[in-house]
Amino acid sequence: MNGQTREPAGERPVLSARDIVKNYGGVRALKGVNFDVYPGTVTTLFGENGAGKSTLMKILSGVEKPTSGSIILDGEEVEFADTNDARDHGISIIHQELSLSPNISVRDNLFMGRELSRAGRVDDKEQERRSREVLAELGVQIAPRTKVSELRLGEQQLVEIARALLADSRILIMDEPTSALSANEVGILFRVIDDLTAKGVAIVYISHHLEEALQVTDHAVVLRDGAMTAKAAAADIDLEWIIRHMVGENYDLGSPPDGYEFGPVALDVQGLSVADPKEPARMLVDRLSLQVREGEIVCIYGLMGAGRTEMLEAVAGRRPSVGGTVHVRGGEITHLSLRDRLASGLGLVPEDRQRDGLVQTMSVGRNISLANVSTFVKGLFVSRGKERAHIDDAIRDVHVKTDGGGAPIGSLSGGNQQKVVIGKIVSTGPKVLLLDEPTRGIDVGAKAEVFKLVAARAREGLAVVYSTSEVGECLSIAHRIVVMARGRIVAEFGPDTPKEQIMAASGEAVVAA
Amino acid sequence: MTEALGRRRPFQGLTWGAVLLEGRAFFALLAIFIVFTILAPQSFPTLSNIIVMCQQVSVYAILSIGMLVVIMDGGIDLSVGSTLGLSGMVAGLALQGFPVGGVILYPPVWVVVILAVAAGALVGLLNGVLVARLNVAPFVATLGTMYVIRGLAQLTTNGLTVNNLSGKPELGNTGFEWLGFNSLLGIPIGVWIMVVVSIVASLLLSRTVYGRWLYAQGGNRRAAELSGVPVRKVSVRAYVIAGVCAAIAGVILTSELTSAGPTQGTSYELTAIAAVVIGGASLFGGTGNVRGTLLGAFVIGFLAAGLTIVGVSVYVQTVFTGAVIVLAVLLNSIQLRSRRPKPTSTPIAPPPAGGGTGDAEAEPATAGSAG
Repeated sequence: MNGQTREPAGERPVLSARDIVKNYGGVRALKGVNFDVYPGTVTTLFGENGAGKSTLMKILSGVEKPTSGSIILDGEEVEFADTNDARDHGISIIHQELSLSPNISVRDNLFMGRELSRAGRVDDKEQERRSREVLAELGVQIAPRTKVSELRLGEQQLVEIARALLADSRILIMDEPTSALSANEVGILFRVIDDLTAKGVAIVYISHHLEEALQVTDHAVVLRDGAMTAKAAAADIDLEWIIRHMVGENYDLGSPPDGYEFGPVALDVQGLSVADPKEPARMLVDRLSLQVREGEIVCIYGLMGAGRTEMLEAVAGRRPSVGGTVHVRGGEITHLSLRDRLASGLGLVPEDRQRDGLVQTMSVGRNISLANVSTFVKGLFVSRGKERAHIDDAIRDVHVKTDGGGAPIGSLSGGNQQKVVIGKIVSTGPKVLLLDEPTRGIDVGAKAEVFKLVAARAREGLAVVYSTSEVGECLSIAHRIVVMARGRIVAEFGPDTPKEQIMAASGEAVVAA
Repeated sequence: MTEALGRRRPFQGLTWGAVLLEGRAFFALLAIFIVFTILAPQSFPTLSNIIVMCQQVSVYAILSIGMLVVIMDGGIDLSVGSTLGLSGMVAGLALQGFPVGGVILYPPVWVVVILAVAAGALVGLLNGVLVARLNVAPFVATLGTMYVIRGLAQLTTNGLTVNNLSGKPELGNTGFEWLGFNSLLGIPIGVWIMVVVSIVASLLLSRTVYGRWLYAQGGNRRAAELSGVPVRKVSVRAYVIAGVCAAIAGVILTSELTSAGPTQGTSYELTAIAAVVIGGASLFGGTGNVRGTLLGAFVIGFLAAGLTIVGVSVYVQTVFTGAVIVLAVLLNSIQLRSRRPKPTSTPIAPPPAGGGTGDAEAEPATAGSAG
């Protein structure tokens, strides 16, 4: 096969999906999708949450079986029994959720399920040699015998990618491979992608990071509501085209709310330090000071590991600090528990909504009312009337799309789940709101709604600290952009600063594919 | 299971399979009742036998409700059987009087009961502090206290049983047997106590802030903590509740047996766990209710009683009980799997008019051209 060219014209697709329909119970997740993958090219699948991207990838990689439709590999119709079967056919997938075992070494993870053996015993030496090779290829310095639990999230993601490389696949599916990678690591990944396509490997790429994906891809395919709405060569399109087809209309994330005066200082952090629990001498947050006024939205921009999450958690009382003070509207809260800080008007919306934000065993309504439930007590019991009114208000207030407060939380899309978490904290009436990567993994439409919500609250006098790793978001929402690196504030910008300048300040090299 | 606000149409879309699965503990109890009624029509379904069976169940049911609270928190309490034994000993010894400065003080029965329950609460507090404040794994912490408490119960009398619990009218401490032997409206006091404990626990779990917090932190402790739930305090109280329930069960059992033995309640904790699991609660926490746990206790109790009545050996009974537990856990996992959230779409924009493959701007040639 002619693997050197990145032009598909005249090429035969190595893998095709024809009229794929997938039903989950009554929900039709895919409505007859056609999808082609060409050797030696990158095809990116764009679409909002729930558009069917992951479902389609699960079908192509043998995780799920289509309700109807066919998969054609090298011109022949195939049916995969499971992921191993698909892998034997040369199709590998790097899952969005990491699937490594944290308690064993990188080497053993890389060869899990296909251990090399010699004379009936696992050939550790050979595995180690090949592990070293593939990790070097990825340009990462991880010893093969390191336990996975000792790696950073980004490093774990690279191990996941290394594992897929070892499988020598012809078709490699990457579902959000960069979500935990630093800009540097993304650069490495893109170089690896180039090497692979040069060898004729076909790559299917999924990412919420549209700009990044546009950089690496050859073809763009857009899914919306389980159907394909557009496809094009990357050279012919731009960001606006992708968003238009994803969302179905023009979407602007807007600019920071204006036309009002900020109030007095609402949050005052002085000299805050947080020690690394594994290495108490190392400071994750290093004598950091920050003031936010009523009505002001401050973005904390920085790479993964810059200490943003640790700083917000320490301010919220989730994580112990080793020095410094925190005041909310003049009152010191440094020695209060998380619960008491919440009561005195400081709320945190955590980074990981599944792990820290939602109670999966409870309904939408009970998740929303959880932070406020003790205020609905009448006599001994929770007043159902008061609670229901509160829930209905909050659902309307933050625009949660749900069948009602009684619906299970798992029935909501990621964006709506995030709105539930935000609604829960906002309905406690905080004076200071800390948002840690609130738009991670949610689609453009939901993102715009979250922004609107935050802007409206700021107008009413809420002080907002918004942590993000996307510069574009800072510019659309923040009155002030604070750049963090290695636990310190390294720069501060106004809302009209060029992106490159902000990224450069964070120590981030502009990604070159 | 989750008592949802804004109750959704309860029967819409429910298949018979789903109804059977949801109400499995109830249907199991029904099946047990029908089978033994057929096998032993003369002796099983009589009023007197049912009353006796309910009285036997009441001890287990009260113990199980305490266990439910701890399991909903995501923990486990292996010490409840020992606590039951210790509380019985406390009650038994208190009825023998306390020697104070040469005279022996005989506390009245209500003080005896309070002392016994307080002993249970103290054991629960110890468990709660170990688990929630000192971060010992619940299984290990309560395994330890299980031995310690059993040992303490035996130390009180060097392993002997206290037999004289009647008290003397002239000492004003009679009436302890009332709990185990008397009836109110034809129903034994033990059963009444079970009913009261059930109602209180049910209201506690479904209507109070404490119950809501318990469901929340059992489902996701980190999320609950970030929502301002005082998670440690809620956990400590859960263990105290389990201890109090064990003590109440201990007092009833001691009164029924008219003797306080230091080995009373041995391995009862396992029966209580079984009842909670049969009642549909998850050992991971966050789900379960009093109704289910009660049904679970009745399933175990009626099964054992029925098998005894039809003359099946104790060994076979053990096999049956075990099989029921395995079956219950199996059904729990089936139910969990069927509840897995299904992907839904976010209708942000109306679907495109065409709906199909849409506009192909760079449709590559597929058929006919050999690469």
